[in-house]
Amino acid sequence: MLTLPIYLDNNATTPLDPRVLDAMLPYMTKMFGNAASRNHAFGWQAEEAVDYARDQIAALINCSPKEIIFTSGATESDNLAIKGVFEMYASKGNHIITATTEHKAVLDTCKHIEKLGGKVTYLPVDAKGLIDLKQLEEAITDKTILISLMYANNEVGVIQPVREISAIAKKHGVLFFTDGTQAVGKIPVDVEADGIDLMAFSAHKMYGPKGVGALYVRRKNPRVKVTAQMDGGGHERGMRSGTLNVPGIVGLGKAAELAKQDMASDTARIAAMRDRLERELLTIEESYVNGSVEHRLPHVSNISFKYVEGEGLMMGVKDLAVSSGSACTSASLEPSYVLKALGLSDDLAHSSLRFGLSRFTTDEEIDYAIGHVKEAVAKLREMSPLWEMFKEGIDLNSIEWAEH
Amino acid sequence: MAYSDKVIDHYNNPRNVGTLDKAKNNVGTGLVGAPECGDVMRLQIEVDENQIITDAKFKTFGCGSAIASSSLATEWLKGKSVDEALTIDNMDIVEELALPPVKIHCSVLAEDAIKSAINDYRVKNGLPELELPKSHH
Repeated sequence: MLTLPIYLDNNATTPLDPRVLDAMLPYMTKMFGNAASRNHAFGWQAEEAVDYARDQIAALINCSPKEIIFTSGATESDNLAIKGVFEMYASKGNHIITATTEHKAVLDTCKHIEKLGGKVTYLPVDAKGLIDLKQLEEAITDKTILISLMYANNEVGVIQPVREISAIAKKHGVLFFTDGTQAVGKIPVDVEADGIDLMAFSAHKMYGPKGVGALYVRRKNPRVKVTAQMDGGGHERGMRSGTLNVPGIVGLGKAAELAKQDMASDTARIAAMRDRLERELLTIEESYVNGSVEHRLPHVSNISFKYVEGEGLMMGVKDLAVSSGSACTSASLEPSYVLKALGLSDDLAHSSLRFGLSRFTTDEEIDYAIGHVKEAVAKLREMSPLWEMFKEGIDLNSIEWAEH
Repeated sequence: MAYSDKVIDHYNNPRNVGTLDKAKNNVGTGLVGAPECGDVMRLQIEVDENQIITDAKFKTFGCGSAIASSSLATEWLKGKSVDEALTIDNMDIVEELALPPVKIHCSVLAEDAIKSAINDYRVKNGLPELELPKSHH
């Protein structure tokens, strides 16, 4: 039985896996202790659960459990990593390198760093959404303390060459932080093999609960330290004070365990569905995939349907929960900065839809999505003056559009 | 953001989608917006010898509110005289469709499209082009 609407916005958030919920429930009622209470059984029980979660997470990303700092989510982890490194390594330098396609949690944190007197280089990306390694290396100066480049992009799913990036960072004695939010739990992420010094990630992008995430902070080769951004009881080795969200952490741990266990089979199935969805939608005339198709997350597809506006299209596919790079709702009318960074013209950026599949997506849902999108695109193109002009062979660039 | 029932109705059942022969002297065409802004509206009117708008058609590239605004505009244009049509104000469209503040822009576009179509008709028929207030966006 097909239940509508169909959720295909799993880059925004994923549903909680019922197995994760089962693991969490006891820690909300019976085993509610504060993990920092060292003097009674309730506290010990909570601490034990947190330690177990640390092990589960460490096993997923191949690190020591001691290298996991729990936070409220990836945004906080991004802030802690970048601001924490900036403050801790101030005597070494004040220069950070990032890219224009990073998540706002990184870009806005970098803007903040600039206000504090830091220098930030924003690397461009190519048409596929990838950074240029040569450009990265050339951007490094003797003041550079951190390279902050995401593992995989949230809008187009493009995966950066993480190992090459970390090799460059290491060669120059610069720390490498990656926002792993979209990648962890979806593709194999190994902080040792990948040479990552710090990594942010979040539970709710991998079938865990919202409001909990972690920051991986390397302890050896090199030993990385960050200045705490929150003062208090000195939890999490002094790097992040605040009573631990025990049920959330248990959920993150369970989600990590399930990701490790199911990743290969999940990926094979999800990628096959994604590829079918994409293949079918690309049979629509004048439709294009955005970003690299070779270096991409297995569950993401970002497609532009030319001459149809994304938000109008989302309304037409009301039984599908998807997301658009169009920004007709915003006062600025500026479409997605990520799509623009890939070199998409504004009209193509306005015409995009992002599909994000999950382990709960079914073949039946994909069938429905294909038909629904095809129908809506056809209907809207009938209504689109741009489509009419295109069909008449009028070059849209030759038109003097009204100042607007 | 939840759209009003009227926006949804116009989106699902757009009135007067289509194309009039822009070469004809009694047809006025207004094309406003730009693809890079995410909305382009084309509004056309056909005018009889008594200066009455007998037909109106639209085609719109844009969000649901832009489609609904232009669809509503064509409904309102039909049967009005050219002079009456000039009095259609974007805030009337906002009110009728219960557009949220962030979508007021779409109604402005519709008003501009109406005025632009009327001006096109006037110029074609040897009437002086109207001085339209510079659009406010």
